[in-house]
Amino acid sequence: MLIFIAKRLGLAIVVAFTVSFISFTLLFLAGDPAAALAGETASGEDIEAIRKLYGFDRPMLVQYLDWLLSAVQGDFGESYYFRLPVSSLIVERLSVTMTLGVCGITFALLTAVPLGVAAAIRPNSLIDRMALFLSVAGQAMPSFWFGLILIVIFAIQLGWLPPSGASSPMHFIMPTIVLGYYAMPAIMRLTRAGMLEVLSSEYIRTARAKGASEGRVLFRHALRNAIIPVVSLAAVQMGFMLGGSIVVESIFALHGAGYLAWESIARNDLPTVQALILVFSMFYIVFTFLADVLNAWLDPRMRSS
Amino acid sequence: MATTETNDPLLQEITGPTPAQMLRKRVFGHQGLLIGAGVLGVLLFVAIFAPLLAPHDPYAQSLMSRMEPPVFLGGSWEHPLGTDHLGRDYLSRLIYGARVSLMIGAIAALISGVIGTAMGVAAGYFGGRVDMVVTFLINVRLAMPVVLVALAVVAILGGSLQVVIVVLGLLLWDRFAVVMRASTLQVRGREYVAAARAIGASTPRVILSEIMPNIANNLIVVVTLEMAHAILLEAALSFLGLGVQPPTPSWGLMVSEGKNMMLFEPWMVLIPGAVLFLLVLAINLMGDGLRDVTAPENRS
Amino acid sequence: MSKPLLSVRNLTIDIPVGSGTLHAVRGIDFDLDRGETLCIVGESGSGKSLTSLAVMGLLGNNIRRSADQLEFDGTDLTTASPRTMRALRGGRMSMIFQEPMTSLNPAYTIGDQLVEALLLHKPVGRKAARARAVELLEKVGITAAESRLSQYPHQLSGGLRQRVMIAMALMCEPELIIADEPTTALDVTIQAQILRLLYDLGREMNMAMILITHDLGVVARVADKVAVMYAGELVETGPAAEVFNTPSHPYTRGLLRCIPLPGKTERGSELGTIPGIVPSLVGDVHGCAFRTRCPYAEAACQDTIPMHGDDSHEFRCIHADGKRHAEEEVPA
Repeated sequence: MLIFIAKRLGLAIVVAFTVSFISFTLLFLAGDPAAALAGETASGEDIEAIRKLYGFDRPMLVQYLDWLLSAVQGDFGESYYFRLPVSSLIVERLSVTMTLGVCGITFALLTAVPLGVAAAIRPNSLIDRMALFLSVAGQAMPSFWFGLILIVIFAIQLGWLPPSGASSPMHFIMPTIVLGYYAMPAIMRLTRAGMLEVLSSEYIRTARAKGASEGRVLFRHALRNAIIPVVSLAAVQMGFMLGGSIVVESIFALHGAGYLAWESIARNDLPTVQALILVFSMFYIVFTFLADVLNAWLDPRMRSS
Repeated sequence: MATTETNDPLLQEITGPTPAQMLRKRVFGHQGLLIGAGVLGVLLFVAIFAPLLAPHDPYAQSLMSRMEPPVFLGGSWEHPLGTDHLGRDYLSRLIYGARVSLMIGAIAALISGVIGTAMGVAAGYFGGRVDMVVTFLINVRLAMPVVLVALAVVAILGGSLQVVIVVLGLLLWDRFAVVMRASTLQVRGREYVAAARAIGASTPRVILSEIMPNIANNLIVVVTLEMAHAILLEAALSFLGLGVQPPTPSWGLMVSEGKNMMLFEPWMVLIPGAVLFLLVLAINLMGDGLRDVTAPENRS
Repeated sequence: MSKPLLSVRNLTIDIPVGSGTLHAVRGIDFDLDRGETLCIVGESGSGKSLTSLAVMGLLGNNIRRSADQLEFDGTDLTTASPRTMRALRGGRMSMIFQEPMTSLNPAYTIGDQLVEALLLHKPVGRKAARARAVELLEKVGITAAESRLSQYPHQLSGGLRQRVMIAMALMCEPELIIADEPTTALDVTIQAQILRLLYDLGREMNMAMILITHDLGVVARVADKVAVMYAGELVETGPAAEVFNTPSHPYTRGLLRCIPLPGKTERGSELGTIPGIVPSLVGDVHGCAFRTRCPYAEAACQDTIPMHGDDSHEFRCIHADGKRHAEEEVPA
């Protein structure tokens, strides 16, 4: 178990460094930071001066190592637009995004798991077909469109919920649904498939032969086994969701890290964009790492090996 | 006696339908696959014959007839689905928008398919170090937030149709690599591959004529899913104003433009979004259907 | 003896399949007294397992069970509520399955699963339940029983797991235990140990036992009664000694020829086989199911054939003695 964690951690770290290198290179090759910094009206000489001042004329690898060295210490440079340290900007915005992510995955799990279990108990029943329809439709629904429809119905027509902002828990209801539904189909399908497989296994028959009630059989004996892969999927989805929060935050004007990313890209604020790509990648890496560890811990076969 | 004879499962197996007949039966017995293929066929037809079908020029502005409602909301048949904020015919823009979406979906899936399949097959076939490198690259790719990276790169390079297609193509190869690697691993151990190697077939020949045909069904399923993925991503990028740029008629862009008028004219958001939903739904239904009818466990 | 512990009359099991109904079990009758061992023998697919699952009420949702009588110690199982059935299952009648490797829940420790079996039925504390679990693990021959409680199924070998399954079935001291081919998945050397154990424990606790097997060697050693099944029907039933000494149904004799029995099979003689395959049981099934493979089949075999014989030893064949004498004259 410890060896497994150590190996997995090593992989996570190497992946993190590679991602940081790629994201740095990508933006380095794609744009001229000096020109972006100088603004549209700057002359060629101004741009040259800025290039020298910020060290953009040095070889790329040197610049990367320089950036990386600061980055691991939590210093991502200064935002071109806000003229503030990028790290404090991001930290300030992260709470909204994290709240949204946690609400989203909770919503997804609370709807998808019961639906998947219900569908597996009665395959081909009405509820199974309904769940299947929901998951197929959910996968095809563009999230920005879904968000706008919710706004039209619940904010404009019915006036029940605020259309944008993040000042109260009410503001998080629609964004949570939009972000959460994104992870729902996969979780539901995996729960259903897992439950179907487990319910036909011999140890479920053993549990029934012991005289366990149907509820006990379903939840204590079956779900406990079927939920193991769902847990790790949920963690992976959580990583994806944080990366996807950019769309949701822009629709509902939630000023989180995703919104910051959107603004910064539009403003050519490269240090902020670079840092955000790295931060979102780190979230994914950390979540998948935790998922694997949790998975190993939940499964006795892996725990003891 | 005769009754027990004909009921025999062994006999039924011998005199049963041929594989082709069974496939046909499964295809035509699969509602989702039929619906998906039907809708996709119609949209493909519309996209190909857009110039013949569109009642107006999708780019022609008319300041005199701005934001006319669709015919079912009291508009005229001149513009069956109304006009946008610049007076452009909504139906014509939708019809041309089908071209944009399908083109992006198809070409991006082609690019990522070539990259991902090459990596996946190499990893599955050669194993060892190659496999380690590919698996590592897949991990790295999955760790990068697609929307964010695509947005940033497209924003810097400029949001032309070509740039969006290439960027999406270069980003969406992960699922191809994962699925093709697994499929190749499965097929590699089969007897016919060993037989081909035993008679001295070269590696490219084994891959092309023994491995590829046997993993093609999985490849087709991933192609459909990634096509849908690319279409949705393009729409999201364009919606955020950092993808395909105006005046190109992209459905995501149309939703974005309609968003400002959403309070008074919600149809401007609903119509392009609904078409987008329909297209992606059709492709997904077809992909799921293809997986169902070609899945080995269904071949009994 | 008074009333039997388990009484089964005309048990029928139908399974809907794509092309009709599979008549998997047709008209089974048997009685079982306390402390008695009944062996049900027959080849795979003859309905042995389904019969035992039907008694336990563990058939799947889509499988239809009907019987004129299915009574356990005065309780009518055909009309029993799910709650009554749950109280019986594991409490007064237990089952041991074929696959020890997959019959234990991989997510819980051996101790948890043993304790659960007791707590579901008896108002005792966890501590007492654990003590009982240790006691039974020792009884089924597991060393270091105390420490086994915290182990997971994957940490045990197949033989140990089957011992755990037996211990689990015995937790509540059931009156009836059904063992469905409990040793087929195990090594040959372990098979004998497990069967021995099961048999001794059954005697010790005065349990009635239904042992399902296709190993006639085992039957000869442990059975009080034997029921031979073929294609969903009982073809012969009776006291073990009688069935072995005067096998009356042609199928039973065929089965006996397939295995060497000490004292019955002559050294150097060839073991027999039964040619042909089992008929499909889908659709309209009538007459003797064995007629397609029987050397004595006649036109009348297509009609319904009643059981005949004396009180205890019965068989289902149109021939008065199942053509036993014909074979004794011309050895196969």
